[in-house]
Amino acid sequence: VSGPSERRISTAFGIEARVWSKGSGEPVGFLGGLRGLPRWIPFLDRLAEDRHVIAPSLPGFPGATGHQNLDDLADWVTATLDLLDAAGLDGADLIGASVGGALAAEVAAFSRATVRRLVLISPLGLFDASEPVADLWALRKSEVVPLLTSRPDLLEAFLAKPEGEDEIEWQIALTRAQEAAARLLWPTGDVGLAKRLHRIQAATLLVVGAEDRVLPPSYAKRFANGLSGFVQVRRLEAAGHMLEIDAGEAAAQAVLEFLD
Amino acid sequence: MKLLWFHLMPYTRLPDDFAEKHPSVWVDIDSRLFDPVVAHGLYNEFMDELEHAAEMGFDGVCVNEHHQNGYGLMPSPNLIASGLSRATRDAAIVVMGNSLALYNPPVRVAEEMAMLDCISGGRLVAGFPVGTPMDTCYAYGQNPSQLRQRYHEAHDLIMKAWTEPEPFAWNGRFHKLRYVNVWPRPVQRPHPPVWIPGGGSIETWQWCAERDYVYSYLSYFGYKLGKATMDGFWDEMKRLGKEPNPYRAGFLQFVGVAETRREAMDLYREAAEYFYGRCLHVDARYAAPPGYASEATIRARVRSQVVQAADRSTDKSAYGTPSFEEIVDKGYVVVGSPDEVAEQLRHVAVDLNVGQLMLLLQFGNMGRQLTLHNTELFAKRVLPQLRDLFDREWENHWWPKPLDRAQRALPSREGAR
Repeated sequence: VSGPSERRISTAFGIEARVWSKGSGEPVGFLGGLRGLPRWIPFLDRLAEDRHVIAPSLPGFPGATGHQNLDDLADWVTATLDLLDAAGLDGADLIGASVGGALAAEVAAFSRATVRRLVLISPLGLFDASEPVADLWALRKSEVVPLLTSRPDLLEAFLAKPEGEDEIEWQIALTRAQEAAARLLWPTGDVGLAKRLHRIQAATLLVVGAEDRVLPPSYAKRFANGLSGFVQVRRLEAAGHMLEIDAGEAAAQAVLEFLD
Repeated sequence: MKLLWFHLMPYTRLPDDFAEKHPSVWVDIDSRLFDPVVAHGLYNEFMDELEHAAEMGFDGVCVNEHHQNGYGLMPSPNLIASGLSRATRDAAIVVMGNSLALYNPPVRVAEEMAMLDCISGGRLVAGFPVGTPMDTCYAYGQNPSQLRQRYHEAHDLIMKAWTEPEPFAWNGRFHKLRYVNVWPRPVQRPHPPVWIPGGGSIETWQWCAERDYVYSYLSYFGYKLGKATMDGFWDEMKRLGKEPNPYRAGFLQFVGVAETRREAMDLYREAAEYFYGRCLHVDARYAAPPGYASEATIRARVRSQVVQAADRSTDKSAYGTPSFEEIVDKGYVVVGSPDEVAEQLRHVAVDLNVGQLMLLLQFGNMGRQLTLHNTELFAKRVLPQLRDLFDREWENHWWPKPLDRAQRALPSREGAR
């Protein structure tokens, strides 16, 4: 896997963000999941064979600051719209995973013209107390990895400290990513998206892991039933919540088929 | 120095196998273990004990706030403090305190504390904790990433509400209020003394210095472990040019007094093991929500109480389960004869340079009789040995300034007739 090219952008709210990009052709944006993008991943590399992949870091996730200046959903949506603009993704296809999926869906609901086609990977943003989403922030150490992935080896490699990075600062960066997700989603993950799903008219692909232990299986249906445009649901075997890590090749294949 | 009697109000009937059968004493504690008839007795006993301590000559009585917690039955310490304000005469009413980010709007705290200060005739100490992760983030659903920002806004709003004579609009980041105009206002001017119960974060120390508040380190792990934190605090005060007035600092210590040390070891074993084994059986999953500790704090490895306790934590429990011998050896509980306890506490006060010493003389499942025994021995034979400490060199600027005794109302059924 060869790395992406990197540039930095500044937007309102004091946000400084890294933008990774690779490939050529039509642009497609990617908003990362619960740990952001601590490193480039095979899923994006496969997409970059066919498309121009552009991945701006969300505030507080690896590569970006500013989450502590965002107080509510309006701030988060505004910040995400700013980032998409600055990254050259206004009007492009957009992929969002987990927490990034919640924001991609919000952006598509609030600003239809911003998102051409939408891909939601294990998206957060909904909550039903009768069938709750797992609590991502009340975990014993031993529970974290099994909750998030079906491939602990791949997740470990994804989060491993790159050579040359300071051990404490690396841990702080990963904790900061968790804090940023919590800042948006605490305590249940319900950001009110259920009230806005009908605003989403973009053709949407929902990709879910058959072994997702964060989102109950019915949540894919909740999303699909709520959306107003064309919806396709793809369920990937042997994949957990972080399915872009667990099954990067299959996930990329599903996304490319949908976007073609 | 000041010697204060602190009650946590623990539920005393957690079963023997509590730690084995139940995941946590806090947040998701099994509600079927709670018997309101038992609690009826406990609340009345506990308030008796606090009132008795005030009568026996302790300088103040302390209450605090916990939620969904088997060792702290005071979701609202203000309710208890209200009763104490009526039933005591001279003791300081130390509310340690109200977790500011949990009150919406925060002027509720300004109002209730002003009521307490009026009822007690100016005897209130206003404690403003951030609150533990278990209380704030899990039981009360507060966002850990916003908790401190909300805490500071609430603090600023409360202080302005107490001191600003005109109605004012508050257009804060988290709170919008068109008319802030608190009635009643506190007796103490400009406001009651403010004490900040904190962990070991350097930002809290700096903030206490800047605002001239008392910093109180409320650890359950005694003076030996507390030493490093208090040394850090005093180093920071020195760096900031603050004089080392011991009344700038508060500290919490468990104590068991008996005629002899051996007798004390027998008398207080069960209650201590109950507290450290069952009351502190806190599920590790609630100890560290992301964002609760600032990055500067993580970086400095200056840890909050729970994280510090996690030094002995397991995957399942944030605290582990020490034996009584370990509890005493490590100084979590100071035990001994009155003279031995006085000597040890003098050492604690001088070594940690703490003028406001809060004592837990009831802990765990200690019953009324033993609690009264402990309290009376302490009041009669320990307290007189310590009372004068620091007073010649230092003035306590952080103590309540009540109305003159003659001006203060007495609770009187006669008056009502």
